[in-house]
Amino acid sequence: MRGVDGVHDLGGMEDFGPVVVEPAEPVFHARWEGRVFGIGAILTVQGLASTNTVRHAIERMDPSHYLGSPYFEHWLTAFATLLVERGVLTREQLEARAKGPFALSRSSRAPRWSADEPAGPRFAVGDRVRVADEHRRGHTRCPRYVRGKQGVIDRCDGAFALPDADVHGEDAPLEPTYSVRFDAAELWGRGAEPGAAVSVGLWQSYLAPA
Amino acid sequence: MRAAALEALLAEKGLVSPEFIDSIVAAYVNDIGPMNGAKVVARAWVDREYRQRLLADGTAAIAELGFGGPEGEHMVVVENTPEVHNVVVCTLCSCYPWPVLGLPPNWYKSPPYRARMVREPRNVLAEIGLDLPESVRIQVWDSSAEIRYLVLPERPRGTDGMSQEELAALVTRDAMIGVARP
Repeated sequence: MRGVDGVHDLGGMEDFGPVVVEPAEPVFHARWEGRVFGIGAILTVQGLASTNTVRHAIERMDPSHYLGSPYFEHWLTAFATLLVERGVLTREQLEARAKGPFALSRSSRAPRWSADEPAGPRFAVGDRVRVADEHRRGHTRCPRYVRGKQGVIDRCDGAFALPDADVHGEDAPLEPTYSVRFDAAELWGRGAEPGAAVSVGLWQSYLAPA
Repeated sequence: MRAAALEALLAEKGLVSPEFIDSIVAAYVNDIGPMNGAKVVARAWVDREYRQRLLADGTAAIAELGFGGPEGEHMVVVENTPEVHNVVVCTLCSCYPWPVLGLPPNWYKSPPYRARMVREPRNVLAEIGLDLPESVRIQVWDSSAEIRYLVLPERPRGTDGMSQEELAALVTRDAMIGVARP
């Protein structure tokens, strides 16, 4: 069974090797990258793509395709997938025009989301919280490496649509978000770098009092 | 080939105009980039009240200089000090403050950076070329929700007489992500 934790959820994973910095890097490395970026901006304005639906479509890419392809190919795959799923284009049209295969993301296997009633802020700066240790199918913005971990609210941010509900439900409730600070030792145990901390932006649904 | 195929099919349906794509590409190549964030940082270095406004409400203070838009609607500016060094990552995708830094470099979007920065920030920073003293605590910000971060670096020593424009020229993209110092 395909895991519920996508290959995109990279925080803390091992053995990716060095960070390779390209000197004097151009904004776009090839003409097609800029075209894809521009298409994305237009599809967003037209309501055919949104931040959350594009992210989810990228997360549904075959893992080997995801890790093995350049960044703007993720976008290209996501836009084509969303347009086919919405009936704007067909895979056959894309492949005929591209004169070859056109990889698309897999279908979503996530259940429909039934949103809770909107709630006001439950936490304040300084509160200790624990992140829910849930591994649901589908889109979420709760990174795997903080699940089940304890942290402290270090900033209260605004209320925003819960991404899980925005992608998989009818109505996405606006929900308070927080920056939650985790000590490196809580996240990584004895191998942690001394004194380091990681603050992660999290929706209220992901959190419980600790 | 596939990008061209997608663009051609959408253009035939009247959904995208090639000229509009041209204008978006030109804006991000020419106008929206780290030179904008550098102006924000330089102003904060010379104007104490602006610095306070910037740290209290990043979005509003950045808008004072005319910068805003997609991926910059909810900005938080985090300040480096002699004790704390801030660095920004997006482990789930590649969230980045476009209006002040432009589009992210490939390394920021790469699996090694996203996987390792939250787990071994000191090692990654050293590899990229930033050796921090042991006494400096590292604070990593994973922009997994709606906030986008800009790092306010410490003003370099020996820059007392410099103008705002001269100071802005010292501020690099990498310093505002937190992987370098100006």
